[in-house]
Amino acid sequence: MQVRSMHFKARAGAAAVDRVLQGKLATAKGLFVDGRRRAVAEIDLEATRETSKAIRNRAVENLDLWLERFEQEATRRGGQVLWARDGAEICRLVTEIARRHGVKKAIKSKSMLSEEAGLNAALEAAGVQPVETDLGEYILQINDNEPPSHIIAPVIHKTKEEVADLFARVHKKPRKTEIGEMTREAREMLRTHFLSADMGISGGNFLVAETGSVALVTNEGNGRMVTTLPRVHVVITGVEKVIPTLEDLATLMRILPRSATGQSISNYFSVLTGVKRPEDTDGPEHLYFILVDNGRVDLLGSDFQGMLRCIRCAACMNHCPVYQTIGGHAYGWVYPGPMGSVLTPLFIGIENAIDLPHAATMCNQCGVVCPVKIPLPDLMRKLREQQVERGLRPWGERAALRLWSWLARHPGLYSLAAKFGVRYLNWLAEGGDRIRVMGIAPSWTAGRDFPAPEGRTFREIYAERQGK
Amino acid sequence: MKVGLFVTCLVDLMRPRIGFAAIKLLEAAGCEVVVPMSQTCCGQPAYNSGDRRAARLLAEKVISEFEGCDYVVAPSGSCAGMIRTHYPDLFAEDPAWRERAAALGARTHELSDFLTTVARLDQVPGDFTGTVTYHDACSGLRELGVKAQPRALLAKMPGVRLAEMEGAEECCGFGGAFAVKFGDISARLAEKKCDNVRASGADAVVLGDLGCMLSIEGKLRRMGDERTRVLHIAEVLAGVAEGKG
Repeated sequence: MQVRSMHFKARAGAAAVDRVLQGKLATAKGLFVDGRRRAVAEIDLEATRETSKAIRNRAVENLDLWLERFEQEATRRGGQVLWARDGAEICRLVTEIARRHGVKKAIKSKSMLSEEAGLNAALEAAGVQPVETDLGEYILQINDNEPPSHIIAPVIHKTKEEVADLFARVHKKPRKTEIGEMTREAREMLRTHFLSADMGISGGNFLVAETGSVALVTNEGNGRMVTTLPRVHVVITGVEKVIPTLEDLATLMRILPRSATGQSISNYFSVLTGVKRPEDTDGPEHLYFILVDNGRVDLLGSDFQGMLRCIRCAACMNHCPVYQTIGGHAYGWVYPGPMGSVLTPLFIGIENAIDLPHAATMCNQCGVVCPVKIPLPDLMRKLREQQVERGLRPWGERAALRLWSWLARHPGLYSLAAKFGVRYLNWLAEGGDRIRVMGIAPSWTAGRDFPAPEGRTFREIYAERQGK
Repeated sequence: MKVGLFVTCLVDLMRPRIGFAAIKLLEAAGCEVVVPMSQTCCGQPAYNSGDRRAARLLAEKVISEFEGCDYVVAPSGSCAGMIRTHYPDLFAEDPAWRERAAALGARTHELSDFLTTVARLDQVPGDFTGTVTYHDACSGLRELGVKAQPRALLAKMPGVRLAEMEGAEECCGFGGAFAVKFGDISARLAEKKCDNVRASGADAVVLGDLGCMLSIEGKLRRMGDERTRVLHIAEVLAGVAEGKG
């Protein structure tokens, strides 16, 4: 996927004044935030978070061992495990598989790795027609391959009316506005693809090492068609998605749908193991797992290893005040919101996503809802530290920070500076109780006033009172 | 009980009366209050800007200044949270300093938390008449668990009626340097907060952090709301909620 994270500031600024977008995000927030609150009340949330964190840590700490075990078990059941270092390798492997099996059409259920790799464009270039079958991803694909703005609700930024217009235009059918009818129309359009595809491509929510299985959490049923109808099934997922046992899967499944969509259990939950056996009525004849690094392995042993615990539930973005205000597109790559502000710089280079770790008020709403207890604000701060260490911050910011921290270590000069500062601010307030335009921080006063200081500093008054 | 008042740089600059209100409350709770005059800032601006070195130097300064006190109290969940939960992290590679940081952190409290859980203030000295709504500042709430404490104190005031707002726990958009780096997003968040404050019908929004105060008051006034007051919990409890604001 094309990286546009360097344009965060401009795009976020435009989104911040987009009331229509915010209206849509508010609806989704109601759905996901309230839904999660109700669903997590059914379980011992803190204990489940702690156990889930421990499971994911155990997997990540011995990633090589669990991946080897997964490979053995998956291979034993007729699957083939392939390894991709980056997006280009994903594209190469998938197009090779397509060529080997004479594939003309590939149906896809949602895969963020496929977004990382820009797989659809590569498939088209290789003469294979990719068809997204997740309703949201389908809408984006027929809208000229628009990028998703959320990892589990990719068209959260669109209204029903926008989709109605799009369907009428692309499907060349009478415009429908009732959601049930629209979904039925999409299903009709997709059905022929389901039946004529030679290959199914899916992501994977978890890989179970002890059985060589892939677990899929979906709500539309398209995932089942994609993974069982075509003769070839390709699973593309990050290496960190492996977990040791089915027991672990059971625990994580208690918290994933609840955190993600506020469901006790998703509409569909599939654990897919091996190729079609003679006695089976369906299933793929050929099963491939493409396990992807694309920046993940470098996080092992680093300050950011904890990020590999992420189970992609999107609770962090659903609860993020910044995401709720600007939506996902401003973040400029596959992953938006707090998890994206950490992952994007790590995957595409911190110099290419300089604003993302700063695009947070550090309110820690994300940290307290994360089902695997990733300290997202701490990780954003560590990325800020790396920017400072590598001299990537703007000159003015560095100078201001240096001057301020030097002053703060020299109390005499600091109190003098504070004294003058307060008088300067009061001068700007022109005797009133607020400053309407502040030259040193115009971005503050562009959107709100800056209250004027009371008059003198605390230390001035306190010293005077002590002197008496 | 010797309590060191960590005034905070924003109270020093913007609202000294909150510092004096804090002293009044601590004294009412029977504490001996000391105010080390060399104090400046807890270092959070440097810490959150990624300048670990500068943050560490300021942390060392704060630790040295306040180590002699039984407790450190700040009229801010953000600064108290910095000292309590983040100072130990700054000294991850220095066991001696880390221990000093952890020891001071364990004795550091946000004002309303200290008044309820440690000093057990019985009688609130001030009085205030009106309907208030309480804004839970992020650091106090999520780093220090400050939620019931300010409400318990307000409940001791017969003239105060608490009208909870929608989204009381949602960020006001301040976020330190965020408010300037992303002024547009920040102002929009402040606006949502102010809409909730106004919808509560309260005469005043009460809070425990200066950053939120600047953001919320600045936005209310820009929205043309000259009526809703923005008050620090210390001002209300100490009965000094007058003047500008």
